[in-house]
Amino acid sequence: MNKKLLTGGLIIAGIILLAVGIATGGASDVLNKAIRICYECVGIG
Amino acid sequence: MKIGRRRLTQVIAAVLYNCNFTGFASGSIYKGELKNACVPGLNCYSCPGAVGSCPLGSLQQSLVSSKYRVPYYMLGMILLLGALLGRFVCGFLCPFGLLQELLYKIPTKKIKKGKWSRALSYVKYVVLAVFVMVIPLASAVPGFCKYICPQGIIEGAIPLAIADGDVRAMLGKLFSFKLVIAVIIIVAAVFIFRVFCRFICPLGAIYSFFNRVSVARMEVDEAKCTHCKACVRFCKMDIKKVGDAECIQCGECAGVCEACAIARKPLTVKKGEILTKE
Repeated sequence: MNKKLLTGGLIIAGIILLAVGIATGGASDVLNKAIRICYECVGIG
Repeated sequence: MKIGRRRLTQVIAAVLYNCNFTGFASGSIYKGELKNACVPGLNCYSCPGAVGSCPLGSLQQSLVSSKYRVPYYMLGMILLLGALLGRFVCGFLCPFGLLQELLYKIPTKKIKKGKWSRALSYVKYVVLAVFVMVIPLASAVPGFCKYICPQGIIEGAIPLAIADGDVRAMLGKLFSFKLVIAVIIIVAAVFIFRVFCRFICPLGAIYSFFNRVSVARMEVDEAKCTHCKACVRFCKMDIKKVGDAECIQCGECAGVCEACAIARKPLTVKKGEILTKE
């Protein structure tokens, strides 16, 4: 398959998924996790 | 002392990822809107300085909660970063890659790559499958963050524990276990080039799937290439060919290619140009 076509397709798919994710609240899920100390990350449990 | 373009980019990226400087003094993490987005490299979002989210931590969390919501956002984020940058992220934009390269500069006898390291380079795909996908989906636990990630200890636990007595009081066996892993990786990085990136990092494993087709990539002009393999011998990663899944796009091989057959896409690397001054 043409490499440029594949790259373009992946970028477009990424943008579409990102847009759907934002519309369905995925971005706020990421934010809500990231603004609290991650106990698993720092080794508390 | 002169600093190469790549090293400068690595340092700038590390500082920009962690520019909430007041957090280090107060022992609190940044809670602003920038954390809606992920930084490209491995950078713990529980670091007091972090102003963006960790792509690997966020991916695991989205898989943990995937029975409530399909993780379109994180899949899109990873797909977009991978398609645009590939393992350019590893070579230029990862703070833990920078730390390992600096540790490798400590003058000691080094362990060179070989068949053993080539074989171990596949372990990161097992780590990706088991700790980033299976454990979060099956046990609702971010397996890589909880059991392996050294960045959580170096960037998260240690600065938070120094500044905040409450956090310090909560640290227990899991912290000790992860601290041992982090120390082993740090010591190994003195002797083995980018030991974590080559053998363990699941984020590098994800980006490696995109490395041949990403917008940022290394390419060999087959018409010019003499197949002398000087590039493969010079490279400290476990590549079989420039631009393959193990290539972190540092571009240093372009400096040793007599045939000028290696090029960075979309930008070029001139013959003889060394991007990282030793």
